[in-house]
Amino acid sequence: MGVRRVLRHSAWICWKDLLEFSRSKLRVAMLIIMPLFMMMMVGFIFPTGDSISQQPVALANQDLTVNGTSLGDGFVVQLEAVNDQTGMMELRDATGFDDIKTMIQEGKVSGGIIVPPTFTADLLAGRQGNITIMTDQSNPQMSSMMQSVLTQVIEQLGTQLAEHNLNATYDISLEEAPAVLQPYNVELKGIVPGDPNYFEFVAPGIMAMVVMMSLMTGLPHAISYEKDMGTLDGMLASPTSRWAIILGKVMAQTTRGLIQGFIILLLSVLLFGVVIHGSILLVVLLILLTVFSFVGLGILITSFADKEETATMVMMTLMFPMMFLSGVFFPVQQMPSFMQTLASFLPLTYAAEAMRKVMVLGAGPGAIMTDVVVLAVFGIVLLVIAVPLFKRAMNR
Amino acid sequence: MSEVAIKATDLTKRFGDFTAVDHVSFEVNKGQIFGLLGPNGAGKSTAIRMLSTLSIPTEGSATVAGFDVQKEDGKVREHIGLVSEKMIMYDELTARENLTLFGKLYDIPRDALNKRIGKLLGFVRMEQWADHRIDTFSTGMKQRINVIRALVNQPEILFLDEPTLGLDPQSTAEIRELVRMINIEDRTTIILTTHMMTEADMLCDKIGIMDHGKIVALDTSAGLKRSISGNDTTLFEFEIANLDARILSSVKALASVSSVVQDDPTHIKVSSVGNDSFDTLVDVLRKNGAKIRTVKNLEPTLEDVFLHITGHEVRDEVAKAPTPAHRDGPPGMRPKKRVR
Repeated sequence: MGVRRVLRHSAWICWKDLLEFSRSKLRVAMLIIMPLFMMMMVGFIFPTGDSISQQPVALANQDLTVNGTSLGDGFVVQLEAVNDQTGMMELRDATGFDDIKTMIQEGKVSGGIIVPPTFTADLLAGRQGNITIMTDQSNPQMSSMMQSVLTQVIEQLGTQLAEHNLNATYDISLEEAPAVLQPYNVELKGIVPGDPNYFEFVAPGIMAMVVMMSLMTGLPHAISYEKDMGTLDGMLASPTSRWAIILGKVMAQTTRGLIQGFIILLLSVLLFGVVIHGSILLVVLLILLTVFSFVGLGILITSFADKEETATMVMMTLMFPMMFLSGVFFPVQQMPSFMQTLASFLPLTYAAEAMRKVMVLGAGPGAIMTDVVVLAVFGIVLLVIAVPLFKRAMNR
Repeated sequence: MSEVAIKATDLTKRFGDFTAVDHVSFEVNKGQIFGLLGPNGAGKSTAIRMLSTLSIPTEGSATVAGFDVQKEDGKVREHIGLVSEKMIMYDELTARENLTLFGKLYDIPRDALNKRIGKLLGFVRMEQWADHRIDTFSTGMKQRINVIRALVNQPEILFLDEPTLGLDPQSTAEIRELVRMINIEDRTTIILTTHMMTEADMLCDKIGIMDHGKIVALDTSAGLKRSISGNDTTLFEFEIANLDARILSSVKALASVSSVVQDDPTHIKVSSVGNDSFDTLVDVLRKNGAKIRTVKNLEPTLEDVFLHITGHEVRDEVAKAPTPAHRDGPPGMRPKKRVR
């Protein structure tokens, strides 16, 4: 059978599949809503630096005045002034450690600040003034975030005070004071403009994942569904090649995957402030390569799973580890080493990595060569395994 | 009328230990309507699947339209149309879209295909429904489209697997009429499976009765009936008030009796051979103290033929059939792999 004939037939089968799909308004709506939900979910579910706002924090000022001066009061005034600008905290009055402990246990506040009784005395005596920070340890992520935010704020206040003291005591101008206090300054410079953003991390991965999902779920589903309905027999009894059927289905699923991928891209750019630094063409080529690397797996599942239900179960079992281990949501580098080893066997890891490099870092084809080669090899190996199995499955 | 359209030789399909089709051989001439008649699970659908290249025979061979179903499956597919038990149609597409898709899979050029579709829709009087979705149709309308879908490529041979299953009486009559018209107009050879005796009787030029994977009788409807009544053979129905096992076995023991079937506690149907067979029967019955209430000389139906050949009723099997899905193969013997 000629290649052109196979392509012509597969185009008709693809046409049929997409036409069928488009007949349900709900399905079409879901095609668009699903990536939106996905982006919202993963974009907002994890706490980020600027997501802290109006966190209830208890403040206990136990400082005792020394000769009519209370530096603790001054600290509180400064803290409130900083907080008014940033709006990070909602300060609540508390009496001390036990009071704050109860408030945290009751979930009323997510942290606390205690200015101890000896604060003024210590400072006046030339010692460091201690500030105690309490956090909600049942929520490690929030706890560490509160810790770092509060430490930063308090250090900043300390520096301001030190600058004033230098100015008053040693007549060092306020402009020069920072250089005396902190001779080293850290400057963060990204290789692309803009601040790092979780959406930029997650959007490329989700694009790769959606394409994977549409093939892994869509392909076995589409074929086993037609098998169950009996319509597959109609195609199998016609002179069309088995390959035209599978190719037509792959084309239809890829189209759906691409549409969803582009919706994600569009949403990330328009709503979530993602800036694409690389070439869009390269992104599209990468998506197509991702499709290729998963086609074999999709066909493999199709060949094994004779019923639609079985196909769905097999696919779910395979898909979840892929979603979470492939660095789509969490960086692979943060995982324990055996998980990293596992991740290195999953094609999605390479697809997500390459997409991220191109989209976020503006990498060219050279920088993603390894990923491209690995994806291509995955695709070829899986196809070589899947093809004979599929042929056998179709001729039962 | 002697050209052979289909020739099956020892066609066999096994699924594991279960033999769905067991050394089936038959020939169908061009232009004939051939019926495979039998209960669910008899192997009719599996036989059709092998002939339409959907299933590879475990043993034996078959040629369809002159091509070997295994070695030249592509050629076979060009010459056949298939209406299987499940409708081969996409519910969310319109009738025309369905017909177009299948026409395109047969590489029919656009203009010729449009003409063909128009003609087929006219043939079943469905022109005004061409652009309506299949899921808005009644079952009878769906089946009409399903049948003409199998005709887009002007097949020489049309396979119809239980084409009237699940249809109301009116649609059933329509589809039977349609089958006859297809056969007459284009001299299309038709292979039809059915578990309905009347359907086979009405439509088929030649009937193969299948039971447990084997063809147990193969003849015209008249020929099959003659085998239990006619010429030398007669079918009697006795009503015996005190019918018991002893009386039954005494009848069965007679050399002139070819088969005995008990219908209910008082009725037996006896097929016997020979001119004096009636006298012999009555003698034996009287000798065993049977009180004969009535005797009828029956005009046999295909139902009787089936009963007398297999020794069991078609309906029994239907009642025992596992699901309405009509997969060939009894439930206990269902192999792990798909019965296809």
